[in-house]
Amino acid sequence: MKEIRIHARAGQGAITTAALLGYAYFLKGMYPYAFPNFGAARMGAPMNAFVRVDTKLVRLRSQIYEPDYVIVVDATLMRGFNCFSGLKEDGIAIINEKEGANIPKVKTKQKIFIVPATDIAIKTIGRPLGNTALIGAFAAATGELDLDTLLEVIKKRFTGKAQEGNIQAVKQGYEYIKSLH
Amino acid sequence: MKEFLEGSRAVAEIVKLCKPGVISAYPITPQTHIVEELAKMVADGELNAQFVNVESEHSAASVVLGAVATGVRAFTATSSQGLLYMAEVLFNISGLRLPLVMTCANRAISAPINIWNDQQDSVSLRDSGWIQLYAENNQEAADLHLVGYRLSEDKSIMLPVMVCMDGFILTHGMETIDIPKQEEVNKFLPGYRPLYKLDPAEPLTMGLLADPDYYLETRFAIQETFKDVLKMIPKINEEFKNHFGRDYKDGLVEEYCTKDAEKVIVAMGSVCGTIKEVVDAQRAKGKKVGLLKIISYRPFPYARVYDVLKDVPRVAVLDKAVSPGAYAPLAVEIKATFFGKKKCPKVISSFVAGLGGRDITLESVKEIFGKLTQKEVSLEFIDLKPELLKEEYGE
Repeated sequence: MKEIRIHARAGQGAITTAALLGYAYFLKGMYPYAFPNFGAARMGAPMNAFVRVDTKLVRLRSQIYEPDYVIVVDATLMRGFNCFSGLKEDGIAIINEKEGANIPKVKTKQKIFIVPATDIAIKTIGRPLGNTALIGAFAAATGELDLDTLLEVIKKRFTGKAQEGNIQAVKQGYEYIKSLH
Repeated sequence: MKEFLEGSRAVAEIVKLCKPGVISAYPITPQTHIVEELAKMVADGELNAQFVNVESEHSAASVVLGAVATGVRAFTATSSQGLLYMAEVLFNISGLRLPLVMTCANRAISAPINIWNDQQDSVSLRDSGWIQLYAENNQEAADLHLVGYRLSEDKSIMLPVMVCMDGFILTHGMETIDIPKQEEVNKFLPGYRPLYKLDPAEPLTMGLLADPDYYLETRFAIQETFKDVLKMIPKINEEFKNHFGRDYKDGLVEEYCTKDAEKVIVAMGSVCGTIKEVVDAQRAKGKKVGLLKIISYRPFPYARVYDVLKDVPRVAVLDKAVSPGAYAPLAVEIKATFFGKKKCPKVISSFVAGLGGRDITLESVKEIFGKLTQKEVSLEFIDLKPELLKEEYGE
């Protein structure tokens, strides 16, 4: 079983991120459970979305406290609380780059990848929604999902211009990480 | 076909396949997505139904009451405050013996304002004359709607069914779900043929005055019918298995590792999944623990519960609702099952957890097993924060 915790603010598309990742796992024949946890029910409030995935139906219904992977959609959240709380010893974090963000020190085996996802999104989609770039980066950084599956997900989820833009965003997020190696 | 769907979407898809002629609802979180999806299906011409927008839940329930009374299959969904606002009409629907299926996306009740999950809403309406079935996951939630319509419309039953699914945890949770084909559903669930209906050509009155000479018998009749529901649910689940391949056994309860168990937790809804995880982990360490999942809360399957728990020394009941000033609602039923019986658990302890969306974790469940000792717990809240209580009383 793998667990992903996404940190964002309400309205930044964290649920979509979880849904897209979940769908990608589903296409690979896995059993994902993607779910949100709302804070105060208003735009901008900190919230989480989660993906728990296994080779059989997921039964555990609690939130995720010891994630294998963390995705931080909005780095300003790291001012308020510890987005890395409970991250596994060899866990991986993907952070949307933000000037002046406090990137914490992590344990030896943990890895942090900082991705200019908002910049990628503005270039490719025309809006500052870095989710799809982050998904591409997640796939490359973790090896959990391959690029083709993600592109298939984007093609099913988006149409027209949004599809074209998001395909580019996924690819650029993916390639950004690959270029670091 | 297997799909990756949000729970609300899965319910909308299955309701579409049940072909209701009238849908009426008033939006309330976390139920909203269900009727939004259905409204879209109607607008897109995928579902030939009248979608009636109303100004309140009281009206939504009244619209579906009226629709079923004229002989049309109907659907509505609600949650929390909305369910309470419907309460008056819900008693009327069962009192009129109208078959209906409604989804309750379980959520806490105000005040204080809380939109998150517990089961206080539906549990508070346990006496409304509705059959109440609780889902552990989204596949079960979807399937219970199919079972629900068959049960509700059976000529020997004619009572409404509330399918209860945990708000957010299930309604907003996306997972793998098998949605059947229309032809398969048609074979399992034929069109609704009412015994009687409101029709200008053949006028009749429903729910007319029943004075003290008559009223008592209407309530006796419902009470008697609930006994038939206990027999009908297993029959319909047997047919369900033959049609769709999923086996819910008798459909009243699910036994999980209870056979030789020394400690069993009794619970309803999605928390049962979390409990199963703990049961597996403890079994791996040689601890004899199990789960009894209650699917049918109304009618309450006393005989089945007796059979499962009679030789279990220690039983914990986990409620996600309270009855302030009394024992917790589900605990009351489990204790009542055993009063005056020859065999019974030595300990029936009662725990309340998860109110207002407080997360029930693996640790919470482990704590309940841990506290299930020889000393009976009459009612304990799990995961309380003592520091909040101190602040409140200025200690």
